[in-house]
Amino acid sequence: MGLSASSKPLPIQEGQPWEMKTPADIISTVEFNHTGELLATGDKGGRVVIFQREPESKNAPHSQGEYDVYSTFQSHEPEFDYLKSLEIEEKINKIKWLPQQNAAHSLLSTNDKTIKLWKITERDKRPEGYNLKDEEGKLKDLSTVTSLQVPVLKPMDLMVEVSPRRIFANGHTYHINSISVNSDCETYMSADDLRINLWHLAITDRSFNIVDIKPANMEDLTEVITASEFHPHHCNLFVYSSSKGSLRLCDMRAAALCDKHSKLFEEPEDPSNRSFFSEIISSVSDVKFSHSGRYMLTRDYLTVKVWDLNMEARPIETYQVHDYLRSKLCSLYENDCIFDKFECAWNGSDSVIMTGAYNNFFRMFDRNTKRDVTLEASRESSKPRAVLKPRRVCVGGKRRRDDISVDSLDFTKKILHTAWHPAENIIAIAATNNLYIFQDKVNSEMH
Amino acid sequence: MLSKGLKRKREEEEEKESLAVDALWLDPGHAAVAQAPPAAASSSLFDLSVLKLHHSLQQSEPDLRHLVLVVNTLRRIQASMAPAAALPPVPSPPAAPSMADNLLASSDAALSASMASLLEDLSHIEGLSQAPQPLADEGPPGRSMGGAAPSLGALDLLGPATGCLLDDGLEGLFEDIDTSMYDNELWAPASEGLKPGPEDEPGKEEAPELDEAELDYLMDVLVGTQALERPPGPGR
Repeated sequence: MGLSASSKPLPIQEGQPWEMKTPADIISTVEFNHTGELLATGDKGGRVVIFQREPESKNAPHSQGEYDVYSTFQSHEPEFDYLKSLEIEEKINKIKWLPQQNAAHSLLSTNDKTIKLWKITERDKRPEGYNLKDEEGKLKDLSTVTSLQVPVLKPMDLMVEVSPRRIFANGHTYHINSISVNSDCETYMSADDLRINLWHLAITDRSFNIVDIKPANMEDLTEVITASEFHPHHCNLFVYSSSKGSLRLCDMRAAALCDKHSKLFEEPEDPSNRSFFSEIISSVSDVKFSHSGRYMLTRDYLTVKVWDLNMEARPIETYQVHDYLRSKLCSLYENDCIFDKFECAWNGSDSVIMTGAYNNFFRMFDRNTKRDVTLEASRESSKPRAVLKPRRVCVGGKRRRDDISVDSLDFTKKILHTAWHPAENIIAIAATNNLYIFQDKVNSEMH
Repeated sequence: MLSKGLKRKREEEEEKESLAVDALWLDPGHAAVAQAPPAAASSSLFDLSVLKLHHSLQQSEPDLRHLVLVVNTLRRIQASMAPAAALPPVPSPPAAPSMADNLLASSDAALSASMASLLEDLSHIEGLSQAPQPLADEGPPGRSMGGAAPSLGALDLLGPATGCLLDDGLEGLFEDIDTSMYDNELWAPASEGLKPGPEDEPGKEEAPELDEAELDYLMDVLVGTQALERPPGPGR
């Protein structure tokens, strides 16, 4: 398969003022922008940190562009809902980049209730030589001004400025789990447990409700929305997943309210694997369209599945992420791990899929060769420039030297958030409060 | 006031509340459940699920996905326990089928009623916030937002219900209370006029079905109660 990633771990580490071992720093979302030049992370404390890839240096051709911190800002603050006497968490649930349309970069960040549009601009020049002001900005004594000069722009140290351009508030009663920018670059959608709203990027005081699955009687509630995404090319199509494991593809041109799906993707329950926990483990935690727009990738508790948009009856591919947990579901239900929501990702050519697991492991599946690998994101096993060693979980029987047994897996070390560079073999892995960026130097072209 | 007035609890405090189950939860390799005979395993899973449901609903803002999944799992477990009674204190001798059916029915009803009332209460709390949200919550005109109108009777059940979910005398507790005043159909037209919010569709749908006599009764009730108290807007 050739995916021998060489690692350059970039934990938010020593010397950086924001690294503290506090719960506020748990990374809650990771997202590359459309070119892969920028990587944004959101954390539990409401902060967004943006990394930028340094241009490749001719002096050191071996060090392909590495990511350094570009900007840090506080996106959301904790709020208090006075009506319900509830605190609204500042944790950033999702970040989505807008396609770049000018020199500035823009992104949407959201917590449980409010979405914000941030504009990121650079300033690397400043005017000097004012007639009425001196170097420090103080007004000059006019009698000292004997001639006029034209102010000139002089270079200065790069300054990155971030400003909130829009705040989309009061659109959601329930907790926002997804946002997705439309390919039309004018609208985006936000989804909570029961509803999906369509917004225009320039209009903050209203949104259109396009999906509403709230029953008339809450006691009839049996299903919630878990994730949603716009189709990458068709601006009228979007998909949303449910806690019962189904996917609904909706067409906004068919009706103003898309409660009726155009297509329903659902795999019948496997009778041999049926248990009390069948529904919980079938709950889809993430859905992603392929770059081609032809497939969808879903993650449920034990598997990742590839669906063909033209086939609703069942996925075309199913990959076991950690099937050894199937016999442990009861314990995982007890400690609530069975409710963990893992994300999934495609590589740029849609040939490899990736998702996280426990014990700081993450898994990659090559769709062409059908080979898979388990890798670990940790400081101990990831020295700079080291090659990541494949890991193995043994379930009893023959055990090799470096195998980890199922019972010694650390369920508190979960990799929920991962992202893949849109074009190259660079991945970003969030392991609790550390961010790892791995680059594949050996095979930098897509295969 | 109807809100619980609680800040979102820290995880340590949440764990203290489930003292009895702490050891169970923290032991990932808990063998007892796996080795127990199926009936006992179902029963302990049932208890665990009830505890989780209770725990989830006690939070000021429950995670809806977690709640729904636990409730559905609970229903599955309960369905599989059909031959045996779900209520611990009730002995389950191999009684006549009708007796077993009655027990099942009453436990079903009690559990359903409890879960229903708890979910209803949840919707009421959610509904409180819907009134002041002006434009953003609107859908295409004329479409019901499906907001569940509050059932104030459910709030009375909140206390005892969470304490004794398995008590099949639940209905009996409130037999002597006349809850007809709190039926939401009666209130809907009133709240319509007082607070024009996005939740007015259910009211509109029900109003045409009231005949004149009921309308008169309504007016009397409203005039009578409005003299007693002025709620700040019975938001739904």
